[in-house]
Amino acid sequence: MFFPISNSHVDPIYLGVVGFLIGILGGFFGVGGSFIAGPALRLMGVDWNYAVGTDLAHIVGKSIVAARQHRTLGNVDLKLGMIMALGTIGGAEAGAQLIQALKRAGNVNTVVSWVAIVVYLGISVFMLWESQKTLKSGKGQSARKSSGVKEDHSAFGPVTEKIQGMKIWPMIRLPTSGIQEISLWTILLVAFVGGIFSGFLGGGAGYVRMPSMVYVLGIPTHLAVGTDLFEIVISASYGTFTHAIKGNVDILIALVMHTGAVIGAQIGVVATQYFAGPKIRLAFVPLPLLGVAIVIYTLITGHKL
Amino acid sequence: MKKDTAKNLRAFAVELAIYSVLVTAYFFLVLHLLGEWLYHLETQHRYTYGGVALLLIAGQAVALDAVTTLLFRFLRGRWR
Repeated sequence: MFFPISNSHVDPIYLGVVGFLIGILGGFFGVGGSFIAGPALRLMGVDWNYAVGTDLAHIVGKSIVAARQHRTLGNVDLKLGMIMALGTIGGAEAGAQLIQALKRAGNVNTVVSWVAIVVYLGISVFMLWESQKTLKSGKGQSARKSSGVKEDHSAFGPVTEKIQGMKIWPMIRLPTSGIQEISLWTILLVAFVGGIFSGFLGGGAGYVRMPSMVYVLGIPTHLAVGTDLFEIVISASYGTFTHAIKGNVDILIALVMHTGAVIGAQIGVVATQYFAGPKIRLAFVPLPLLGVAIVIYTLITGHKL
Repeated sequence: MKKDTAKNLRAFAVELAIYSVLVTAYFFLVLHLLGEWLYHLETQHRYTYGGVALLLIAGQAVALDAVTTLLFRFLRGRWR
């Protein structure tokens, strides 16, 4: 089927199936699935700038549904989510401006492909190392503190404690996440970096922000998943708008992909209740690698399937 | 427990089938009715296009979620 906005031919059933798969990922891992969606659109010959903007639009819809379900399960820290949304919006605009600069230079497809390969590979290697180390140390089970907040262990625990101990004014409390005190700037910086990835590689950049929330801010994995999705609703809406006015969004493709994602997200959210934090992180490892394989394929062949 | 899982799976399979038919009809309708208009907006009025794109995706999210929730509840009740 021809999509005139992005000037591309894509099978709508293919889009529905891709949407369904990344819907499951979104509900289960709290990530937008852009490491699959972006490469999957590239595989069909959609330019990277459209893949990035369209994926952001599709993620708005998907995150609304998944965030609402996580909120029902008590997995959302609203205060943290609102603060992070501010940082992410700034980062998303910076990322979108980078895409515009590459579009003008005429090498958006090559540069974004290489950045995607490096980022997705890095995330997989790091998550594999950390989750295996945590599981081997025998602290792989989530537990509940006396306060009722779910606690899960990470091999990055000492680093997290040091970051939480940095006294850069203003310090804030996050009782829902079980954090006594943390600098506002640390949260904003984590969100800003995630926002740059979101604006540059598309999606909600949960593959960067979710691990950052767990390892840098020390948020329990279940809360990081839900809060990340809540925050993505706000930041991805901004990202969609700014990419749309720059001519990078094919909303028709996004609408078709989203129809499959709705049902996939329901399955993913229910599945999080049956796995402990480190196991969720370990299961995440092969997914960015799949995105890497697709991007390498499009780079080598230079054309779509 | 196993009986419950089997019921849920059956409800889910039926839901998926009904949902697929509804969604297929829906997106062909959307592509047919809105395609030209959205293309025109995207080329001529980018700010309006940005706002409409957000409204469409958010509206679709809420509507489809309501449909799937209702379907799931109806089918689970039917096989209880």
